[in-house]
Amino acid sequence: MRGHDPGVKRAAAVALATEQPSAIEYRGVGFSYDRRSFIESFDLSIVPGCVTGIIGPNGCGKSTLVKMAAGYLKPQAGEVLVDGRPTLGYRPKERARRLALLTQTGRCPSMTVEALVACGRYPHQSHQGSLDEAGRAVVMEAMSLCGVEMFRDHDVGLLSGGERQRAFVAMTIAQATSIIALDEPTTYLDVHACHDIMRLLRELKSADNKTILVILHDLDLALRYCDRIAVMSKGTLALEGTVDKVVASGVIEEVFKVRVQLNAPPAGSVNGVSYSLFPRF
Amino acid sequence: MLTACHANTHRRSLIVFAVSVCVLVAVSAAACLVGSSSVGPGDLWALVTGSELSAPARNILLNVRLPRVASALLAGGALAVSGAVIQAVLDNPMASPNIIGINSGAGLAVLVVGALAPALMFLAPLAAFLGAVVSALLIFALSFGAQASRLTVVLAGIAISTIFGAGMNAVLIMAPDAYVNASGFLVGGLAGVTLRTLLAPACYILVALPLALLFAGRLNLMALGDERAHSLGMRVKAARIHFLVISALLAGAAVSFAGLLGFVGLIVPHLVRFFVGHDNRVVLPLSMLVGAAFVTACDMVSRVLFAPYELPVGITMAFLGGPFFIYLIVKRRGYSDARS
Repeated sequence: MRGHDPGVKRAAAVALATEQPSAIEYRGVGFSYDRRSFIESFDLSIVPGCVTGIIGPNGCGKSTLVKMAAGYLKPQAGEVLVDGRPTLGYRPKERARRLALLTQTGRCPSMTVEALVACGRYPHQSHQGSLDEAGRAVVMEAMSLCGVEMFRDHDVGLLSGGERQRAFVAMTIAQATSIIALDEPTTYLDVHACHDIMRLLRELKSADNKTILVILHDLDLALRYCDRIAVMSKGTLALEGTVDKVVASGVIEEVFKVRVQLNAPPAGSVNGVSYSLFPRF
Repeated sequence: MLTACHANTHRRSLIVFAVSVCVLVAVSAAACLVGSSSVGPGDLWALVTGSELSAPARNILLNVRLPRVASALLAGGALAVSGAVIQAVLDNPMASPNIIGINSGAGLAVLVVGALAPALMFLAPLAAFLGAVVSALLIFALSFGAQASRLTVVLAGIAISTIFGAGMNAVLIMAPDAYVNASGFLVGGLAGVTLRTLLAPACYILVALPLALLFAGRLNLMALGDERAHSLGMRVKAARIHFLVISALLAGAAVSFAGLLGFVGLIVPHLVRFFVGHDNRVVLPLSMLVGAAFVTACDMVSRVLFAPYELPVGITMAFLGGPFFIYLIVKRRGYSDARS
């Protein structure tokens, strides 16, 4: 988790990535809970090799969107493609070798950090036995990348919120997929832990050219660390594009009813710009 | 230092395993020797090694003690593993085959067969399995059709258990001869089990146990929750039904000859987790060993405590296990089974 300026390589990565087919593609997707139409004819392409942030007010369908990509929820209309193939057409383990989804932290399992991270190897095992040498190496690497190897024998439940979340991210990394989707990975974390997670995501993207899809509530984090932003509003896509384009469009102001102000970093800081938000009433 | 710590966890499990095996062997041997007519360790050794043995001693060991000990071992092992599996599948430390109604479903099926078609009593294990599966699937439908909370699952289980329990009492009142030794059946007892009646349920149990132990690792994944297990590539619903059927098979087979032995399925998995943590690949086989030893020991006590009368083992188990379980609950520190 070395520090680097997230803003610098953004433009180059975006230009390179747009040439390839989509990592995840929503084609005319419709979804409803209890017959009340919720998401309607939704189209979105997630650019591979980028960190894409999904933002939107509460209850606008962000989580539903990633759960459909993982095949956990089935769209009532349209289809979701993962790496160019319908996600529901994959065998479960095959899909889990392409796309990893870290859902919002619910119940915390009673197991050690190492056992948790080893769960990420499930789609690569023919049957659930003990890990082979290569699998163990992947688990060790994921733990050290996330900085949780010193907790490997600790119970997950006894870790702090930030450490626990890093352990879950390590499990997701151990899945060794080219696409990682995360549903609000920074919820309940303190400022520094939030930035830790986001830096880790950027590092994964730049080191392994992974496609990262991350749902965020914190607009400052989203705008600072993502390459691209998808703004959702009431089950529809308001806009998808590069951070600069989305900020300049004024869509965020409209959807969130806030004014966005860009702040230059203090002298000597390596953290790039930050964004302040002023609610309008 | 980290590797040392890691090795310690491993070694701890191994030690607990070794101790459990020793206790199990010792308890089984003792249970073969203790009873109203005296058989010496020498006789048992002679039987095991196949050397000369007096006819009465041989008769007692083979026809009285061995079926009794074998049934205690099988019932204890099966019910403890069934409980451990159910607790993991429902992600619920309060669940066990007796609490969520699997035992009473099996029990009702056995009594109905006994009342309606006594000639078909040899089918009791099959009927018990079917009754147990019906209960298990009812619980499954209730809990996952409605996205029920863990408390709702237990409440629904208690309701199902009550309904089937009332059914059992109704059968016994209307057909008092439906089942010989019915009072022993209702609290769980092993009196009257013979090698012949034990044969079919033993086959069920010996098929289901390896199936449960072999796939124990999947239960660990279920502890992550449905969404996480799904995104790791697991067919969660199919796996859950698979495990519920296995635990119904285990509990049903045990109930068919041992009656409603409830407590062992609840407390043994908790006891085991208290010592070795929550990895089901360790918890399941250890529950089997400890459950078998526990029921065998309790049965031995219930045979000798008020000799020549004997208590049904379920009563002894509740008297011995209940206070011990309360002690565990009160004493546990750093041990958590119900973190939400």
